[in-house]
Amino acid sequence: MEELENQNIEIRLLLEAIFQKYGYDFRNYSMAHLKRRISRRQLLDNFTSISEMTHRLIHDADFFDRLLLDLSINVTEMFRDPSFFKAIRAEVVTFLKTYPFIKVWVAGCSSGEEVYSLAILLREEGLYDRVQIYATDFNQIVLEKAKKGIYAIDRIKVYTENYQKSGGQRSFADYYSARYDSVLMAADLRERVVFADHNLVTDGVFGQMHMIVCRNVIIYFDRQLQKKVVNLFMESLIDGGFLCMGQKENLAFSEYFDQLLLLNEKEKIFQKKYLPGDRSQNE
Amino acid sequence: MIKSGFEAIVMGASAGGLEALHTILAALPAHFAVPLLIVQHMSPHSDNLLAEVLNRHSRIVVKEAEEKEIPQPGIAYIAPPDYHLMVEADRTLSLSREERVNFSRPAIDVLFETAAEAYGDKLIGVVLTGANADGSLGLQAIKKFGGTCVVQDPLTAVASRMPQAAIASTKVDYVVPLVEIGPLMQGLLEGKRG
Repeated sequence: MEELENQNIEIRLLLEAIFQKYGYDFRNYSMAHLKRRISRRQLLDNFTSISEMTHRLIHDADFFDRLLLDLSINVTEMFRDPSFFKAIRAEVVTFLKTYPFIKVWVAGCSSGEEVYSLAILLREEGLYDRVQIYATDFNQIVLEKAKKGIYAIDRIKVYTENYQKSGGQRSFADYYSARYDSVLMAADLRERVVFADHNLVTDGVFGQMHMIVCRNVIIYFDRQLQKKVVNLFMESLIDGGFLCMGQKENLAFSEYFDQLLLLNEKEKIFQKKYLPGDRSQNE
Repeated sequence: MIKSGFEAIVMGASAGGLEALHTILAALPAHFAVPLLIVQHMSPHSDNLLAEVLNRHSRIVVKEAEEKEIPQPGIAYIAPPDYHLMVEADRTLSLSREERVNFSRPAIDVLFETAAEAYGDKLIGVVLTGANADGSLGLQAIKKFGGTCVVQDPLTAVASRMPQAAIASTKVDYVVPLVEIGPLMQGLLEGKRG
């Protein structure tokens, strides 16, 4: 159908405009996903065509900020998928305890709910004073929100249930103070966290991590980009480090799959295998 | 007009869907000619058992859909709990955790709309029992791209609102009782109905 073909051309031109003007590269994202997100914005703002939207985003940076929020999925919860956090407590924490200092990277942290969840978990497991959490996202607006740690109070009921199901040891209310319609997460949960701008598509390795958490982020990428990002994670992990993906994110496609041990199949928790000897000395 | 050359079937069900899907899938032969993509509304916390249960009672293979999977004939793919299921232009499957649509994730409209674009007039869309209006817009999209629309006769549905809404919003091709949906799909694939 010609209409469909034209629309696809318009979307590709829009993505090209975003890349050239703002440096964000969505060209290897899932097309079905992008199309839904772009159509949504088109409908909300009454654009007659996608090309009209392209023109607008080139000339109006504020509009682009809004579109950028549309293009990434920022739907999240504290302790989302409680069974994942339970598995971390049961299967990963023991390993982490053997290190004097631990670096954790939450890649694509969005508005920070998962970061605070991990901070709470690590604190309850007695690891918080030796951890450095790097929480990164490519979107400044959601990063700012993550830094502030202020969330709508009507979400707290769900968060509390999740926390309890995840093996939480205290009362979830210990970790926030409520005021009017909002809750503010306790300041010490941010103490060991660095929030930083990092784009998985265009930026590189910035440290050697003991654990990388990146759940339901690469699910929106095409295979080629997924491979590239998994390579980035492999380069960023120490031997024996942990890679935590979303429940439906299988890594069998990766060229590094044989270097990963599947620690928990349902939760997609992988451990980077220890390589026999030091490769740099053998070469 | 004789319609043949169908390449996929999408189905959507909500309240009462387990029984409906069971009835339809159990009627299909092991070597079914096209892939089936299915959204059944369910709690985000449910235990992915739907595919397992349906698989046990069907001759065709029923499994949970995986991202980037290429749908194969004779296999039914169920959207996982708490994920939208989409079809890409190259007909690989994608999963998404974007906002609920019609208060649901997975949502029938999301599957139907993306499949409509990917398969065009080679698609059959089936709306089954349910107590909401999910699937109506999706069926419209399937019609728009030349696909064939089937709706379960509301009188045979545990919850009639969803099939009724689908019939009200689209000029559907077939409204048939639950027990006839499986045979109708077979007939359409063999070019006997049209």
